Amino acid sequence: MTHVQATTTASPAPPASVEDAVLRAEKVTMRFGGLVALREVDFVIPRRAIVSLIGPNGAGKTTFFNLLTGMLTPTSGSIVLDGRPIVGLAPHKIVELGIGRTFQNIRLFNEMTVLANVMVGRHVRMNASWIASLLRIPQVRREEQLTTERARELLDMVGLDRAYEGEWARNLPYGDQRRLEIARALASDPKLLLLDEPTAGMNPGETAQMTRLIGRLRDKLDLSVLLIEHDMKVVMGVSERITVLDYGEKIAEGTPEGIRANPRVIEAYLGKQATAS
Amino acid sequence: MRPFVRRALLTGLVASIPLIHLSLVGLVVKLDERDLVSGLLTIGATIPIIISLAAGYRAATPMRIGEMVPPSRSTALVSGALTGLVGGMVVALFVWIVDAFPVREVLISASPKLVDVMRWGFDTTTGSMMLVAGATTIGLLGATLALLPPNLRRGALTGLVAVMGLALMQTFVVQILTGLPLESLSDFLYARDGMTEPGAAVTLVGLGAAGWAWAARGAQLRGGFAGLRPGQRRTARFSGLGVALMILITLPLFVGSFLANALDTVGLYILLGLGLNIVVGFAGLLDLGYVAFYAVGAYATAVLTSPVSPALTPQLDFWVAVPVVMMVAAFIGLTIGAPVLRLRGDYLAIVTLGFGEIARIIFLSDWMTPYLGGAQGILQVPAPQFFGIDLRQPERLYYPILAACIIAAVVAFSLASSRVGRAWTAMREDETVAEATGINTTKYKLLAFSLGATFGGLAGALYAVRIGSVFPQELNLLVSINALALIILGGIGSIPGVIVGAIVLVGLPELLREFSEYRLLIYGIVLVAMMLLRPEGLVPNRSRRAELHEGDQGDTQVWDEERWDRETGVETPAPIIT
Repeated sequence: MTHVQATTTASPAPPASVEDAVLRAEKVTMRFGGLVALREVDFVIPRRAIVSLIGPNGAGKTTFFNLLTGMLTPTSGSIVLDGRPIVGLAPHKIVELGIGRTFQNIRLFNEMTVLANVMVGRHVRMNASWIASLLRIPQVRREEQLTTERARELLDMVGLDRAYEGEWARNLPYGDQRRLEIARALASDPKLLLLDEPTAGMNPGETAQMTRLIGRLRDKLDLSVLLIEHDMKVVMGVSERITVLDYGEKIAEGTPEGIRANPRVIEAYLGKQATAS
Repeated sequence: MRPFVRRALLTGLVASIPLIHLSLVGLVVKLDERDLVSGLLTIGATIPIIISLAAGYRAATPMRIGEMVPPSRSTALVSGALTGLVGGMVVALFVWIVDAFPVREVLISASPKLVDVMRWGFDTTTGSMMLVAGATTIGLLGATLALLPPNLRRGALTGLVAVMGLALMQTFVVQILTGLPLESLSDFLYARDGMTEPGAAVTLVGLGAAGWAWAARGAQLRGGFAGLRPGQRRTARFSGLGVALMILITLPLFVGSFLANALDTVGLYILLGLGLNIVVGFAGLLDLGYVAFYAVGAYATAVLTSPVSPALTPQLDFWVAVPVVMMVAAFIGLTIGAPVLRLRGDYLAIVTLGFGEIARIIFLSDWMTPYLGGAQGILQVPAPQFFGIDLRQPERLYYPILAACIIAAVVAFSLASSRVGRAWTAMREDETVAEATGINTTKYKLLAFSLGATFGGLAGALYAVRIGSVFPQELNLLVSINALALIILGGIGSIPGVIVGAIVLVGLPELLREFSEYRLLIYGIVLVAMMLLRPEGLVPNRSRRAELHEGDQGDTQVWDEERWDRETGVETPAPIIT
């Protein structure tokens, strides 16, 4: 609750130190039958950094997300979150250890209220067993109350109007649905937040708001953020480090300036001609 | 005008079909034996009236010609009358055919009695003209009904339905009133056969006015309730529950044995419905083999308590046996649940359907005969004793059933609004995302399955002591289907819905035993009407309603264009580094 009152002025981003990494993936390979979706990808996310993962369509970005969240198990390689290997763990376990995510095509619980969506996100941080819930013992009621409060704070934090908390998630405007998905992911108190194209389908005004929101969340909540994004304005504007995937391989890594000048990246995006000219 | 006329003609033709059908299956004549208003009007004669009224009403409603266009007042009235006229002529023709030709050799219900009923006892010419004129008038009335202000219409319909209901349920209402004791009220309302004229009139006007008042002021009343402080609201809610509980507890004292028996049946299905609702309504797992748990509960009770159980005869007391039975059912729920966890939707439904059948076949099998008696079943399941009182009688068995229903409802209600209920709802909405949001879907599926099984088992135990014996033949697919149908009828995922669903789907057929040949026909009509008019169920929970009435005006706000513009347009894009 204290971090809500944090300053509104964004503190300068800390230097991306690779020694203090929140997530370390080594030689991660994912095969679907004969198709190699990811080949020996090494990946480090420094603590409190915003890292972007970019690449043409089909480069393996979303597959990488699914590996990190346990929805897929890598064919080989290791993924370590804060010193704990997470390969082979069930998705809900990984949420508990501190990874939250959103989806490329928004996937809210449509016929639940906005508030309930966020409260579901808090599930792993709640303790009420089914017996305790059944008996409605005081601790359970207290926990429900705290969860409701926390959910409301999160709605405030992502900029969702409180008046909408009783509304069905499906009835929210598109931009607000994106925000709600982020609030739901944040409810599990993640150390690492994975955002899969958070500005897809947004107009420039909304995109700018979302970009600012991502920076603000990192500062307020001590998050590390991994972002898949196609909008280069967002990527260059918000991230400290960028990793580029192409055909399942990491072809570049570095600061925004370095990536923008990297000939392999330009080639992957625009074809060989572009580099030549 | 033209489209309205066309629709009126068509509606008249179409409306004559169900009437002819109901005549030919004999329902009209059958219901003609009962008086609605003593000596004045039979229930059979009301069937053509109801159909004409509905057709006239339909012909006067707004129509989609590009957009929804309401008819002008005169067009509406003409349409209604025209509908009645056309329908009446078709039916008159039908009656003439029945009268003039030996149709009865093929269609046995096309009897002279039918002709008599339809022509209100008059001869061919007068009767046919009366029929057509009557249908036209009633069609006109139907159109008038459509033109009434909605609240008034609600009142009129409430009054009509109340008179119909009271007349149909005469035997039971008389019995209840006599038991209460309100014999004078009973004498006022009812003659020996049918309602008295003043009784019917008072009911029509009184309950009609009540219906109108509720339609006009109900929202205000509900608003007033919502405006109370939370403490007051809780008090109001608790006193409401208290009154309901008092009524439920005293009910068997004056309803008589037959009605108490019907109440027991309804109670057992409420219990089944509440259990299945946890699995299907809350967790979204379509289980078509729910009867398996009912059967396990019944058999476990029989084995544990009956002195003539084939192999084991521990002869436990019922109250000792019940917890064991529930645990056995929960365990079976887990063992059936575990292997089918990976299946979703239709596949889960098919596999559970299979499990239900497997259970029945196992109970019937030679392999299990030495332990469970095979087709002979297990007899002499003793009735539970409560401090020396034998609870076999329906009026007494009512209490353990009531208690079980209350427990199940409280469990379902508490869990629904807790962390567990949210996890279930999330799982029902999107299983993959629920898992990615941190919900251990395996655990919550198993919890739903075993809780559902526990209540199914409890219902089975009560069923066994009620019947006093257990046979595999009676524990068939129909039980699963009925339990599922009552959940859907009431509104999936809704606890009051289960109760209403059980009363309508199980209770009404019990009370309308005299029309049992037409039971499935009525059942079918009700289900089709439900799916057309209220697909979300009779007492839906909020989310289902939102889902199925998307785009209707109502309590859900679907899209707010203004807000969208306001939020996205006003903000100028901040400068971003590029």
